[in-house]
Amino acid sequence: MITKKMLLYFPQCATESPIVYHLVKDYDLMINIFRARVTPDEEGFLLLDVSGSEENILKGSDYLRSLKIQINETVKGVSWDRDKCVQCGSCVPHCPTEALTMPDRTIMELKFNSNECVECLSCIKVCPFGALSSIF
Amino acid sequence: MKTIDQINEKISSGKALVLTAEEVIDYVDKKGLEKAAKEVDVVTTATFGPMCSSGCFLNFGHSKPKMRITEAWLDDVSAYSGIAAVDLFLGATQLRANDPANLEYPGDFRFGGGHVMEKLVKGEEIQLFALSYGTDEYPRKELRTRFTIDDLNQAMMVNPRNCYQNYNVAINTSDKAIHTYLGYLKPHMKNCGYSSAGQLSPLLNDPYFRTIGIGTRIWLAGAQGHVYSEGTQHAPTCERGHLGVPSEGAGTLALTGDMKKMLPEFVRGVSLKGYGISLSLGVGIPIPILDEQMLLQTTIRDRDIKAQVIDYSTDYPERNGRVLGSVSYEELRSGSIDLNGTKVEAGGLSSYAGAVKIANILKEEIRSGQFLLTSPIAPLPAEQSMKAMKETT
Ligand code: SF4
Ligand code: SF4
Repeated sequence: MITKKMLLYFPQCATESPIVYHLVKDYDLMINIFRARVTPDEEGFLLLDVSGSEENILKGSDYLRSLKIQINETVKGVSWDRDKCVQCGSCVPHCPTEALTMPDRTIMELKFNSNECVECLSCIKVCPFGALSSIF
Repeated sequence: MKTIDQINEKISSGKALVLTAEEVIDYVDKKGLEKAAKEVDVVTTATFGPMCSSGCFLNFGHSKPKMRITEAWLDDVSAYSGIAAVDLFLGATQLRANDPANLEYPGDFRFGGGHVMEKLVKGEEIQLFALSYGTDEYPRKELRTRFTIDDLNQAMMVNPRNCYQNYNVAINTSDKAIHTYLGYLKPHMKNCGYSSAGQLSPLLNDPYFRTIGIGTRIWLAGAQGHVYSEGTQHAPTCERGHLGVPSEGAGTLALTGDMKKMLPEFVRGVSLKGYGISLSLGVGIPIPILDEQMLLQTTIRDRDIKAQVIDYSTDYPERNGRVLGSVSYEELRSGSIDLNGTKVEAGGLSSYAGAVKIANILKEEIRSGQFLLTSPIAPLPAEQSMKAMKETT
């Protein structure tokens, strides 16, 4: 069993199908939704973890693509712009996971580990320099 | 033991020993004060954090026909024009026109004076919109044009209050979250916010203003600027700890420098949710090591610098003067403090890594002879308290 983080992008032609239901029922996948914005007549995003056998994940992905949903496994919902960041550290106490840390307190440089990010968006609100942003 | 002229001679001949305020601590530990004082010529200090009391004077040259500007906006941010015809003053905290501010609390405060200053230094294009009533020799009444910093005659940063000697730590004892200029504070003292470069900070390394005074040449975001006055709210009469280092705000500096020579990395607009706009600014100040005492002052370290913890939900706004406790910058920098037995997470607004970088840049500039030291033309007041506002009934 493997787990993949996926960002699903729904162009305007959004599907009416209950995709999460089908992924669970037809492809035996476990779904953990972090964040979603899917509104009728507009583009939409769904950010989730998909767990299951590699084969089923591939089949499920093909099913999603057949509905014209774009799957992105590399783009993250929250991103950190190194050039905008001044390394102040004010985001660190607001991150509930270890995604934002200052591992070496002698040099006080920020580290962003996006694999640990649970997309809670707290950091975006507290960063005074616009260094943290969400794609939706 | 050494004079500034002697130090400058060593700098010019490329023989000066320059250390940052961080490096000097270990150096003196290893060599001993007496020996180190003979060797070290300059210690560089720095800070890089929000400094609201900042702004700039801009001169645009004359339009054709001429105009005596009476109201002006730079990228929709209002600039003060109650000075000569085409001079403007832009304040760092001025919010862009039509921003809803805290109407929908907490507001985002995305753009303001600090951001316009950042764009200027980056060399980006900015829109000037100006109005006037028109006079015989300045007939023009309206103007809209685009410019960059290169089109201006002068862009002078003039900051009435920078480099607070020390600063308090903000915490929230109430049961609802609050948004402050020291960051977002969760209820029930779950986190605290601070803003100081601690052991690297200029006025903590020269707590009695022996070498930093009016006229001192400084590194202001990459330009060579200077201290033009004591800063507003300069109040050095205060509680002091180890080596005479203040545990409250205390001294401040008024700084000026040429924005055309600044580096964009160190002039940064700040958006504080629920609070407003500010400007983060990088400042470096060299300290000439005149004698052992001066060297000793620069060995101050984070664990010996204390800051007061203040409740920003009630005591700060009400000016109650209550202090909840005292913590060291060593604790603050570790990411959590112990406040009377409770663990509180700490986050800064001032960039320590940025201050280290500036202290090193300044060190290189001095070592390579590009930056020479100055004697102050007048000292900063050593004793002075801050008055509260007089309110008539
Ligand atoms: S979105 Fe939440 S989990 Fe992700 S980095 Fe920001 S604070 Fe941390
Ligand atoms: S709050 Fe923003 S600027 Fe400060 S360390 Fe975090 S990401 Fe960087």
